[in-house]
Amino acid sequence: MKFSNAWLREWVNPSLTAQELADQITMAGLEVDAVEAVAGEFSGVVVGEIVGCEQHPDADKLRVCKVKGHPDGEMQVVCGAPNARVGIKIPFATVGAKLPGDFKIKKAKLRGVESFGMLCAQTELELGDDNDGIWELPADAPTGSDLREYLQLDDSTIEVDLTPNRSDCLGVAGIAREVGVLNRCAVEGPAVEPAAAKIEDSLPVSLMAEEACPRYVGRVIRNIDITATTPLWMAERLRRSGVRSIDPVVDVTNYVLLELGQPMHAFDLDKLNGGIKVRMAEQGEKLTLLDEQEVELQAGTLVIADHKAPLAIAGIMGGLDSSVTDGTRNIFLESAFFSPLAIAGKARSYGLHTDSSHRFERGVDYRLQEKAIERATQLLLEIVGGEPGPVHLREAAEAMPAERRITLRRARVKNGLGIDMADDEIVEIITRLGLEKLSESEEGWTFLVPSFRFDISIESDLLEELARVYGYNRIPSISLTAALDIIPREEADVAQSSLEETLLARGYQEAITFSFIDREASAKFDPEVEPVALQNPISSDLAVMRTTLMAGLVKTLQYNLNRQQDRVRLFETGLRFVPTGEELKQERMIAGLIYGTRQPEGWTGSKDVVDFYDIKADVEALLARYDAEAEFTFVPAKHPALHPGQCAQVLRNGEVVGVIGALHPTLQKAYDLPKAAYLFELSQDALGQSLLPAFTPLSKFPEVRRDLAILADVETPVGDLLKVAVEAAGEYLTDFNIFDVYQGKGIDFNRKSVAMGLTFQHPSRTLNDEEINAAVDAVVRELEQKYNASLR
Amino acid sequence: MQDLHSLTEQALELVGQANDLAALDQVRVDYLGKKGHLTALLKGLGKLSAEERPAAGAKINEAKQQVESAIKVRRDAMEKAAIEEKLASETIDVTLPGRGEEQGSAHPITRTLRRIEEIFQRLGFSVEQGPEVEGDYYNFEALNIPAHHPARAMHDTFYIDPSTVLRTHTSSVQIRTMEEKNPPLRIICPGRVYRCDSDVTHSPMFHQVEGLVIDEGVSFAHLKGCIDQFLKAFFEADVPVRFRPSYFPFTEPSAEADIQCTNCGGKGCRVCSGTGWLEILGCGMVHPNVFASCDIDSEKYSGFAFGLGVERMAMLRYGVNDLRLFFDNDLRFLKQF
Repeated sequence: MKFSNAWLREWVNPSLTAQELADQITMAGLEVDAVEAVAGEFSGVVVGEIVGCEQHPDADKLRVCKVKGHPDGEMQVVCGAPNARVGIKIPFATVGAKLPGDFKIKKAKLRGVESFGMLCAQTELELGDDNDGIWELPADAPTGSDLREYLQLDDSTIEVDLTPNRSDCLGVAGIAREVGVLNRCAVEGPAVEPAAAKIEDSLPVSLMAEEACPRYVGRVIRNIDITATTPLWMAERLRRSGVRSIDPVVDVTNYVLLELGQPMHAFDLDKLNGGIKVRMAEQGEKLTLLDEQEVELQAGTLVIADHKAPLAIAGIMGGLDSSVTDGTRNIFLESAFFSPLAIAGKARSYGLHTDSSHRFERGVDYRLQEKAIERATQLLLEIVGGEPGPVHLREAAEAMPAERRITLRRARVKNGLGIDMADDEIVEIITRLGLEKLSESEEGWTFLVPSFRFDISIESDLLEELARVYGYNRIPSISLTAALDIIPREEADVAQSSLEETLLARGYQEAITFSFIDREASAKFDPEVEPVALQNPISSDLAVMRTTLMAGLVKTLQYNLNRQQDRVRLFETGLRFVPTGEELKQERMIAGLIYGTRQPEGWTGSKDVVDFYDIKADVEALLARYDAEAEFTFVPAKHPALHPGQCAQVLRNGEVVGVIGALHPTLQKAYDLPKAAYLFELSQDALGQSLLPAFTPLSKFPEVRRDLAILADVETPVGDLLKVAVEAAGEYLTDFNIFDVYQGKGIDFNRKSVAMGLTFQHPSRTLNDEEINAAVDAVVRELEQKYNASLR
Repeated sequence: MQDLHSLTEQALELVGQANDLAALDQVRVDYLGKKGHLTALLKGLGKLSAEERPAAGAKINEAKQQVESAIKVRRDAMEKAAIEEKLASETIDVTLPGRGEEQGSAHPITRTLRRIEEIFQRLGFSVEQGPEVEGDYYNFEALNIPAHHPARAMHDTFYIDPSTVLRTHTSSVQIRTMEEKNPPLRIICPGRVYRCDSDVTHSPMFHQVEGLVIDEGVSFAHLKGCIDQFLKAFFEADVPVRFRPSYFPFTEPSAEADIQCTNCGGKGCRVCSGTGWLEILGCGMVHPNVFASCDIDSEKYSGFAFGLGVERMAMLRYGVNDLRLFFDNDLRFLKQF
């Protein structure tokens, strides 16, 4: 809502500057976005009249004008505008005038002819967009008067960004009402006397969708003069509200909309057939709107129709065929109340948003229609003349919005707002807002809500009104008090932050990528899953919900490689969205990527690049947070985004908790990555909780280590060998590791040598050689039986 | 005994001349060893009379000790020099950088979220999470935003299907929490939210922290106190905070909280569009209809809720001047935090 400060002042005039007023209403919940001067800064410009106009002797495009308006008499002005001619009134910047941009007008000589001033176009005064020659002012503009005074340019526009609940302020009258409340001052609009009917004509109106339109006011006006021009003051106010002047009839309906907040429509009476039917559209009915687009109406859209066809989408936009045009003589004025529910969402469904739909969606005062039509009549008669018919009101009383009565309890004011407010003050504020006190009791008061406040329907709404008018910033700030209960937290819960810290300490940077990705990328990383698609994506590269975090990480890697970052370590946490049957699984993941050299470039470092075992160590570090080493295993696996020979599933007690591997070479190529990238993705949900540490007593007896070098088939996973060895080694095995894996010279080409260290210790005595030898023999035997392994 | 004196002098001179441990040891062997010169003198004591013997013996022993001591001093000096030389040879350039992995850093949004969480946790708030693909009911209906409510137009919602959306705010977690737990409640719900809007100042995905307090006797004054204290704690400054009436369907009364512009201190600048204030969060008293959706008795309990934009907080706190940087994930940006 944008309006002229001067216009508002006509209704209510507290002694505040425009800026002070803007600050005041902002703090009362009507947030002012901007206060701007209506014209550029200029002075010394008067209304001039061209009384003589001759061709310049030495320049084709210039004219030498005699201009009246200066107190010293006629002035000679050289002017280049093609529309300069005798008889018109124009803005005349006299010698000494200052135009916007600090441009001073001086006496000048143009091609040998003296010129005393300048005749101005709208743009030169920052008063409008018209740049086609000098601005022709109305013929009745008083010659010689100061242009700023004449046009009342010492004014500003105030633009309020209203919240959807405050539809009552979508008109100057509503803003004025609010200003009146805040400043305790009188609010008075222009007097509107009902126009006496000069003719009998009226148009039959039938309300065929009473819930949607319970109230419709119409009036016929005949013999108007559509060629009349909109008076300058009205055109100026419309301009200051950001509305273009079109023709006097449309301008009047727009003016009333801005002034009172009632959207109106004028039909060309001669184009209507029979009468008005306010009804629901039939599916597929066609209507060409004022913006010249033809729409196919949906059933459920309220239309204004005549006896033949729809004329307008009710409360949204009129139709072209029945609109007022240059040839219009007789009009039918509409001022109706459409229920917010009937209009809400409809404009949008046709891709429309109009000043009218904006208001009806939010709620128009359902008692305003007659007043608005009288105001419009008054203005029309002044401007285009004509003979009005009687005001014709149709109302479906049962379908009208119910009266709202609200009880406000004294105790609620204190408990809800935390302030002690005197009874008088409470009642005074509420009634000043236009509510009517119906009754008072021990407990509180009952108020009647006025028809213009759609947003007030419960007690809390009154608390807000009280707080708002009293001033939010006068309400004290006090500390919360609460029972100090200890909030339980399970020690076994693994905080996401601890996983993050682990990766940060290992040189990873955290990334946050969009949860929606390119459909093609999704198909590359997870071809077997049909991702959840957005119905209205921002763009095709943000179209489907990710089923893996890996896609975002690889894209981020590519982004950084393109910016000369050649060592990249990234992780991200967040949800992935995997459709599983009917359900959508939203799973908390943590995923990482490494790329480039194993160590940061430095004077000690090697240039070796990372491989699978680097990222595996990172994953193992994460798993260490769960204190359940024995429960985790890595098994060779296939994943569409990962290298088939360098990919493992991570299992906890046999359940898959994640995946790890090298990016598939096909994807590596698709993303133009010079080197291999390694990735992991773990489900925090599947990982579950950590185990609590369980103490085992320390043995005082010596430990014994035996190293074994085993020959096994190349294909046999070392993890399997180790698992069997550990099982076979018996209860006194306390530690084990793999300290060498060798393939090549000296051993059979399809065999490999695996060196493992086994450490034994007894809790309460020294183990003897026989016991240890027996354990080692058992290991060798089992390995031989299960994997055809032998001692090297 | 002239012999003793000159032998001692000779020995001491040789000690002085010895340049390494081997030469020094040779002096020891030559003079103090079994066949050494001074040892030989001791052996010759037997030729002296019993009266002369003690005095002569004492003199010889004295001489021996003198030489031994000189040798020791000389050896210690040599060893010390050798150690010093070795240490000197082991000197490294301590100004060279250390070896090993660099430390990574959390994303500035995460860093900001953690900070907000930590401030509220100190006040006994717990952290709740919820789904991001959310039912229309939790995102709108239960929050008193029925279908076609004009407030829906403020949200620019991403739809999955007509009844499923990407949550437009973390307020949906409020409802889920109120359904599961009984008051009193003090929770914050941090997380990703989505709006179908993308330009210099809007990202289609961003982060919010929703807060909710429900208890008996919670008033608007408590809301103000909580928000005011939080903002001062977050910015670690006595930053002026003001409250303006606003509108959210799920709170009544509703408010916007502004802080005095951290860039210009309220004088008016580009950051605050000349107003001297920065809009920082929306808040209000929980609407009775919201309580009703969650079967909480609004006659017994009252509460407040607030929602703040994490990106905005991070931008103000760390001086980030472009929202888009947060999701470009440029390492040169991420490593600054």
